[in-house]
Amino acid sequence: METTHKLPNYMLIWLYLFILTGAEVLFAFEMPISQVVKILCLLFLAIVKALLVALFFMHLKFERWRLRVVFMIPLPLAAILVLAVITEKLW
Amino acid sequence: MTHATATVDLMRPPFPAEPGAGVYSNKLGMWVFLASDVMFFTALIGTYIILRFGVSEPWAKPNAVLNVPLTAFNTFLLICSSVSMVKAFAAISQGDQRGLRLWLLLTILAGASFVSVQVVEYIKLVGHGFTPAGYREGSLLAEHAVSDAVKYGAATSGLYGSTFFTMTGFHGFHVTCGVISMTYLYLTKVLPGKYSRQDYRGIETIGLYWHFVDLVWIILFTIVYLI
Repeated sequence: METTHKLPNYMLIWLYLFILTGAEVLFAFEMPISQVVKILCLLFLAIVKALLVALFFMHLKFERWRLRVVFMIPLPLAAILVLAVITEKLW
Repeated sequence: MTHATATVDLMRPPFPAEPGAGVYSNKLGMWVFLASDVMFFTALIGTYIILRFGVSEPWAKPNAVLNVPLTAFNTFLLICSSVSMVKAFAAISQGDQRGLRLWLLLTILAGASFVSVQVVEYIKLVGHGFTPAGYREGSLLAEHAVSDAVKYGAATSGLYGSTFFTMTGFHGFHVTCGVISMTYLYLTKVLPGKYSRQDYRGIETIGLYWHFVDLVWIILFTIVYLI
């Protein structure tokens, strides 16, 4: 039996994205915090924003797992590629 | 709100589905293309990270060279265009032709504005002496780099220029392709009313592409302009 869900409130997602973008700019230039903490916070905010777009605007939240996998498979491969080159000096 | 009563059935409209994936071929094809584009942009971003954190000399501070407020506004524009795109999709999935025309036109305008602002940004940056080869000799930026080598990353300006223009340039190319594709759809399919509640595959497929372009910019904006 097909389950049914309400589609997301797109304007609310837009508001979240707007607020998060403002928070990013504040974190980057106004917050007196260390560079490492700043980078981690900015990356976290960027990932949250990207997830909001993928899950609600691209409707991945409502798609079947097999389609989500198509999009997610390159991500660990790309991470391995970058990490392998970054850690090359250690080998 | 009209879309509040819609269900996940919208994600599986009554079109012939590819066996296994359970979606129609246009949509599956776009997802496979986007998966390949993930690898493309990850290669660019990964290269930037490796170059930036692999060099021992200082890298230019983002707000020393780039116009961050202007790009923050551009980011806002692209986010707005993503919302209008999904509203266009929601409209036609309810059979609302007028809503589709309005929201898709707004998306095209916002996308074209994003590219225009990026062109203005490039012209100003090159005018100030920031080129893909680094700071141009005799330019204002080159003089600043001599007086404050740490803030302006004098020794790494060539790497900075080439990575910056490559990443943002390829993204801008994607946005341009999206605007051209949406304009083509708007003129040949949307205005003549060829999409309906029963068939809106083109809108959903181009929408996926457009949201992906927005998603990539969210990552690029953080990594290139804020860190």
